[in-house]
Amino acid sequence: MKKTNWLLLVLALVLSMFLAACSGGSDDTSNSTDDAETEDTSSEDDAAAGDSEQVLNITDSAEIPTMDASLATDAVAFQWLGSTTDGLYRLGENAQPEPGIAKDHEVSEDGLTWTFNLREDAVWSNGDPVTANDFVFAWQRAVNPDTGSEYGPYMMGGIIKNAQAIVDGEVPVEELGVKAEDDHTLVVELEKPVPYFESLTTFGTFLPMNQAFVEEHGDQYALEADTLLSNGPFVLTEWNHGEGWTLEKNEDYWDAENVKLEKINVKVVKETSTAVNLYDTGEIDRAGLSAEFVDQYRTSDDFVIDEEPTLFYLKMNQENEVLANVNARKAIQMVIDRQAMVDVILNNGSIPSAGHIPQNFTKHPETEEDFRELNGDLIETNVEKAQELWAKAKEELGQDEIELGYLGGDTEVALNMDAYIKDQLEQLEGLTVKVQSVPFKERLARDEAMDYDIQNSGWGPDYIDPNTFLNMFVTDGGNNKTGYSSEEYDGLIEKANTELAQKPVERFETFLEAEKMLIQEDAVLAPLYQRAKARLWKPYVKGVIAQPMGPDFTYKYAYIEGK
Amino acid sequence: MTRYIIQRLIYMVITMFLIATLTFFLMKFLPGTPLSAADKLSEEQQAVVLEKYGLNDPVPVQYFNYMTNLVQGDLGISFQFDNREVTTIIMERIGPSMQLGVQAMFIGTIIGILLGLTSAIYHNGMLDYSSTFLAVLGQSIPSFVFAGLLQFFIGVKLGWLPVALWEGWEYSILPTISLAIFPIAIAARFMRTEMLEVMGSDYIVTARAKGVNKFGVVFKHGFRNALIPLITVLGPLAVGLMTGTLVIENIFAVPGIGEQFVKAINMNDFPIIMGTTLLIAFLFIFIILVIDLLYGVIDPRIRLAEGE
Repeated sequence: MKKTNWLLLVLALVLSMFLAACSGGSDDTSNSTDDAETEDTSSEDDAAAGDSEQVLNITDSAEIPTMDASLATDAVAFQWLGSTTDGLYRLGENAQPEPGIAKDHEVSEDGLTWTFNLREDAVWSNGDPVTANDFVFAWQRAVNPDTGSEYGPYMMGGIIKNAQAIVDGEVPVEELGVKAEDDHTLVVELEKPVPYFESLTTFGTFLPMNQAFVEEHGDQYALEADTLLSNGPFVLTEWNHGEGWTLEKNEDYWDAENVKLEKINVKVVKETSTAVNLYDTGEIDRAGLSAEFVDQYRTSDDFVIDEEPTLFYLKMNQENEVLANVNARKAIQMVIDRQAMVDVILNNGSIPSAGHIPQNFTKHPETEEDFRELNGDLIETNVEKAQELWAKAKEELGQDEIELGYLGGDTEVALNMDAYIKDQLEQLEGLTVKVQSVPFKERLARDEAMDYDIQNSGWGPDYIDPNTFLNMFVTDGGNNKTGYSSEEYDGLIEKANTELAQKPVERFETFLEAEKMLIQEDAVLAPLYQRAKARLWKPYVKGVIAQPMGPDFTYKYAYIEGK
Repeated sequence: MTRYIIQRLIYMVITMFLIATLTFFLMKFLPGTPLSAADKLSEEQQAVVLEKYGLNDPVPVQYFNYMTNLVQGDLGISFQFDNREVTTIIMERIGPSMQLGVQAMFIGTIIGILLGLTSAIYHNGMLDYSSTFLAVLGQSIPSFVFAGLLQFFIGVKLGWLPVALWEGWEYSILPTISLAIFPIAIAARFMRTEMLEVMGSDYIVTARAKGVNKFGVVFKHGFRNALIPLITVLGPLAVGLMTGTLVIENIFAVPGIGEQFVKAINMNDFPIIMGTTLLIAFLFIFIILVIDLLYGVIDPRIRLAEGE
């Protein structure tokens, strides 16, 4: 191995000599070499000067698909929208909403009318003041079918008054339940009480837009750095599509005194190994690690594990005769060794999950205890007990040999994991698992059509509330697709979202009960793991807050110290 | 000659039309929709968004609309980069890919030809063996292995050149070398084989017998003849390199078109898929025409045959 490396190195050197010799024939050789040298030195100068400078150098895994808040759907877009724009509230420390454009708000007694008082000193980067109308305009735009927004209908439908009716084309867009009482008072009417509405307003789709500016630029709005406005901590000053972008501190930001970072340079780097190499040479301050790098860097001081509130689990289609049997489903829950799975196959800090709410996601409103801790592990790994339950199920079904299809992804990690799970499941006597590995979109299509037996699936939250996970499995819920239907479960979720909407403690406890029913009693899902991301962070980067939803990170309070 | 070119141009248009049609319908077989939040939206909500992109129309209607716009030079608007025009995206991304492709082809061909010539001239000598060894190595080791090694040794360990990113001329050196390995190997191998064959033919033996020196024969007679098959292979290879290579672009974080093409397919970004396919197809057809014309320039016998 070592010998081959050397050979290749020698070869590489020979080739580069050839290259040099080759360009030696052309006239401009000396010039281009000089250029290269001068540029090298200048970049070193930059780095040296960077010691005292508040500059953060990072990478992102993809180009920003859009900077139009109505059209944004992915993590990259929400990240940079969130860094350049303040909504009513923004997520701060511990994922708690903190004032953004809104100073505070009042909620009516029925929980249906929210009145936000906006600060008067917030301005757009073109000097216009940020007004209540900017929110009215942006929210109407998000639900307007002409806009073609995906997240507008998803985030606002059924929440903000008339949003769904507007999406369906039944009422005009002006009827949306959001009004500007005056320049600095925004009144929002909801379809139903939404206890988590404050945290919802931090989400990208709810960000304001400057109507005059958006209309002036029409189709060109938000396509380039100069057709964009900012009212947040940073301004996007340079945007080289596909290559990278630069954000600079917004001096006109209402809270500019708390923003220390002067500049964020972002480069698009897709390969993990490339990012790691750039990190090692000091070009960038952060690099995500994939499983193969984790062992190499685990002992490094720069190694950090960021837990994410995204859950992965097996969905079991109850239209399948075998999976309609609750004992069979329980056997499947119990037979998989999830600890070994996260240790060996994922190896990135992911943790086994034993419920349908991630850990460190929501806390009891009074005792501040974590949801996950309160409900504990709702399933255990116990092969013996699983075999017993499985035998019972087979008896009830009157079948001895059972074959089940298994729908999984086609990425390398997915293939490994699915092979492992197949192996684990087949410990159940008489069970044969047929794995089908399909691309993500195909899996979604089959999920929609309920064309699967067992499916490896995942879910990330849309807002910080247990409802975002538990609401999925109500009868005929858009993302249920397991055939699970329980009046009792539906009743609990309904109760939590209506009569208990204003009673946080009882509501939280109802969700605890609902999760137990979903996982423990009815065994609708077989939980697998909660995802985490292993990263390298330069120790001189301080104050970056990792977020469970919306933008992955808050850079507002970030700073460089001791570089 | 002019008539021949015009005839070829007409064929080109027909070929492009057929490729556009075929790609359009094949593309419709891709699973899923261009919606990125398809898993979160109800069917009704999805329909509202698809309406905006004209994807609710029957496929033949979509095809007709697309072709009508295409004829007018409008490639449409990307689905994944909302509202951005396909033409703009392709123009932004093709630059780096073209630059790398051209540099790699240029360097690769020259070094390859030199290696091949050396091998042929010093047939069965030490130089022949070593350059053949290099050629075999270059062809059998995938470019991403070279890319990774170059990045690690020259970029990280030695620090001579930038590890990755795209911020100036020096950033293109490592990706160019990685990309050039393959053309070097191909050119060297073809050159060697062809030269040996040509050098064994009667007219070369005659020339030598008449006292033309070895190098004169090699360059005046042998080289020109050996170029024909080489150009045949290098043309399409050049297109492949210029339209971007996913792996090299990813490893060196080059904002090129290759990666964009693959991503577009994964995301069902139909207009980008069509735009990129048509661009690549056009370059291919164009290069083939150029090659055919070059044959005539290099070898008078072919020119005569076409003339008749």
